[in-house]
Amino acid sequence: MDTSENILHQASPGLARGSDTARAAKAARLSPSFISWLQAGPMMLVFLAFFLIPLVFVVIVSFWDYNEYQLLPAFSGRGYTDTFEGCIAQLPDLCTIGKTYLKTLKLCFMVWAITLFIGFWVAYFLAFHVKSKTWQMGLSLLCTIPFWTSNVIRMIAWIPLLGRNGLVNSGLVKSRLIDQPVEWLLYSEFSVVLALVHLFTFFMVVPIFNSMIRIDKSLIEAAYDAGATGFQTLVNVVIPLAKPGIVIGSIFVITIVMGDFITIGVMGGQQIAAAGKIIETRLNALQFPAAAANAVILLAITFLIITMMSRIVDIRKEL
Amino acid sequence: MKEGRPRSFYVLAIFFAAYVLFLYGPMIAIYILSFQGPQGGLTFPMNGVSTYWLAKLFQGTGIVDLGAAFRRSLLLGLVVMAVTVVLSVAAGMAFRRKFRAQSILFYSAIASLIVPSIITSLGISLEFRIVDDLIKAHWNENFETSMGLLTSGLGAHLTWTLPFGLLIMFAIFNRFDPRLEEAARDLGATPWQTFRHVVLPIILPSVIGIGLFGFTLSWDELARSSQAIGPVNTLPLDLQGLTTTVTKPDIYALGTVISAVSFAVITLALGTIHMLNKRQAAKGSDAGKGLV
Repeated sequence: MDTSENILHQASPGLARGSDTARAAKAARLSPSFISWLQAGPMMLVFLAFFLIPLVFVVIVSFWDYNEYQLLPAFSGRGYTDTFEGCIAQLPDLCTIGKTYLKTLKLCFMVWAITLFIGFWVAYFLAFHVKSKTWQMGLSLLCTIPFWTSNVIRMIAWIPLLGRNGLVNSGLVKSRLIDQPVEWLLYSEFSVVLALVHLFTFFMVVPIFNSMIRIDKSLIEAAYDAGATGFQTLVNVVIPLAKPGIVIGSIFVITIVMGDFITIGVMGGQQIAAAGKIIETRLNALQFPAAAANAVILLAITFLIITMMSRIVDIRKEL
Repeated sequence: MKEGRPRSFYVLAIFFAAYVLFLYGPMIAIYILSFQGPQGGLTFPMNGVSTYWLAKLFQGTGIVDLGAAFRRSLLLGLVVMAVTVVLSVAAGMAFRRKFRAQSILFYSAIASLIVPSIITSLGISLEFRIVDDLIKAHWNENFETSMGLLTSGLGAHLTWTLPFGLLIMFAIFNRFDPRLEEAARDLGATPWQTFRHVVLPIILPSVIGIGLFGFTLSWDELARSSQAIGPVNTLPLDLQGLTTTVTKPDIYALGTVISAVSFAVITLALGTIHMLNKRQAAKGSDAGKGLV
């Protein structure tokens, strides 16, 4: 493939005529690898300037010192020691930071389990039960559109439903199922999980759907012909073949929820502590090294989870 | 499997319908509530019907200058859209050949997508702070900040939109038949002519999709903007600020306006894509049909 392209490139000046000759000759002089650099370079530069170098700065600054007013560029472990203050003394009880991370992991696990369940069956319905391509497109689009509208709006949209005087409460009171409005519907762990599921199930549906749509339907027919029940086909044929999508979707949802501070802030009434919230709180107090230290810890945990998950499937191969 | 629809179809159809209701229900509720009368509150039942709260929004009598935030978000969204389209298409073309640093770029894009947004945002803000300090120390003592909408803000948004753009380009070129380009080259087209007259018209609908992604992702972006946007706020940031203080339906009115812009952009883009596809089907040659 590569060599044939080279031959074509070298041959093109001879084929082109008139005013194109000069341009073609110039194009032929640019080596393919130079053209690749020209094409991919700008994107690489953006990632370098706004992602890779900033990450390096996060790690460096996490080891800097600080006072109430400013960053002090001198090596210090204060960002980390402040974070884990009193943790060893409190053993075997968990200190605040330990509890916070445990709570974040718990939220993360709940959201992951729910989005996986919903995402799997929605994708399954779209991939296997909707036969017409037009319907498939239309229904997928229907699931995608809310992803394109503001997250905050989709969060506050729950207020008229879940609030103290919201639809759910007034409905329950009117139907005499309860006599007092329930308080835990809004600004609680419940509302945080609900909003996260509402916001991010999309990230499960799309990759799982993509995997499922590639499954050869004759494999499923073959399973039925060989006498498998619907459940056996699901467990032994569909789920293994949809695994790449499941893993990719899980990685998306887990990383988003681990770092989230906005949904947890708005839906938790700014009361629920989570990994992302710690960073935000430190930043609001202008304690940059402490914020950076927490970012490094969060990054390490997220990276650990992703590495474990990508053991199951080669992401690169699936795209 | 052949005779009629199995029972599981109906069960899953109901499940799907419930999911769609779950997705749209709450949003529709706030769109309706934003048309409350002047005495309306944050919950049902509606207290009269009017456009009072929407009008109040445009009079700029709210807590923040929403008009300015609106224009800023619009400008940023359009710049992000343009940059995302150009860089994604270029990089997408590059990935069709093998080149060194290919996997570095690929993994940077994936990492940028899955590293928690707050960390990216924090990193950019630290980077610009350190640059600011350097400028103050060495060149200009009165220098304020290099952070801003089109510097740190633009960069922050691009780390979110470019990975999506690149992944969409992968999907496009997975389905692209390179023999069409070979044919163009055989006819004497230069690489640029091949791109301009053969590749681009074919991939154009999907490229519009990338633009749509770029704009709406930026328009609604919050987590990455939070630390990296500089001295001024975007519309979603103002909206987030309002969630803790406002008790009147003007926040719903604002939500309705932001959603309306998103929906208008989506509709416009989908309409254009549809039109282009139809034109391609009607005017395009049947070359390649026999190949597939």
